[in-house]
Amino acid sequence: MRHHSILRAVTKFFLPYILLFALYTQFHGDYGPGGGFQAGVIFAAAIILYGLIFTPKLARRVVPYRAVYIFMALGILLYAGVGIATILLGGNYLDYNALNHHHPVHGQHLGILLVELGVGITVAAVVICIYYAFADRLES
Amino acid sequence: MLAGLYSLLSACWMVALDAVDVAFTEAAVGAGVSTVLMLMTLAVTARREKAPKFSFSAFLVVVVTGGFLIYGTFDMPAWGDPDAPVHQHVAPRYLNESYEEVGVPNVVTSVLASYRGYDTLGETVVIFTAGLGVMLLLRKRKKEDEL
Repeated sequence: MRHHSILRAVTKFFLPYILLFALYTQFHGDYGPGGGFQAGVIFAAAIILYGLIFTPKLARRVVPYRAVYIFMALGILLYAGVGIATILLGGNYLDYNALNHHHPVHGQHLGILLVELGVGITVAAVVICIYYAFADRLES
Repeated sequence: MLAGLYSLLSACWMVALDAVDVAFTEAAVGAGVSTVLMLMTLAVTARREKAPKFSFSAFLVVVVTGGFLIYGTFDMPAWGDPDAPVHQHVAPRYLNESYEEVGVPNVVTSVLASYRGYDTLGETVVIFTAGLGVMLLLRKRKKEDEL
């Protein structure tokens, strides 16, 4: 893809906006369409686009394999950890009301935010991981 | 390519049906990521299909399974029936009380993350497992390169 200068320029121009849109989808999922799953896929799509245009090797320098592995597990641990936290605060597993005893609705907000963040992190890492696995096979 | 176009079209009609969250997912996963993965799979494997051989037992399995699935649809409530069980059980509570109980304007988010938190945790584990499986099956190990 060394000679496709238009594609490269357009990709460079769009990438920050795609990443920003992923973050918007992630944190605005409470109010509009979207949520952790969609945000994770959009974030991963930005990395995949980068890999398609600027070779997977460069993409792996942006998001190394090690980071992908760590974030894959981290998202689930965050989700399950919220459940443990609600037990420790005196509620049932994943009962977000326990996160804030004075304002249960605020607790719900915080719980949903953290849980969706966990989903987003895991989904983004898994989709990037699948892309890397395929890209590795293509290179050889 | 056609699958990608179909996904994009499905996303459009899901918007028309007011299922914006599903449409969003379909556009991102179906039209975006799946198309790339499909093309990469084609690039990794062969381009041409082997000449298929007709297998009677496989045909029988497909016909019987399809027959059972069609038979199952006879028990389904009529299309758009407001008295269908799915609209009578927990849906009214979700729609009427989710704003007081959860305080999130998007009911889809409140059902997914709060009322059905266990299910979503399970789904996330499924995605994680899929990633693990692909990684274990497809990723080349460094030792393999050295050998």
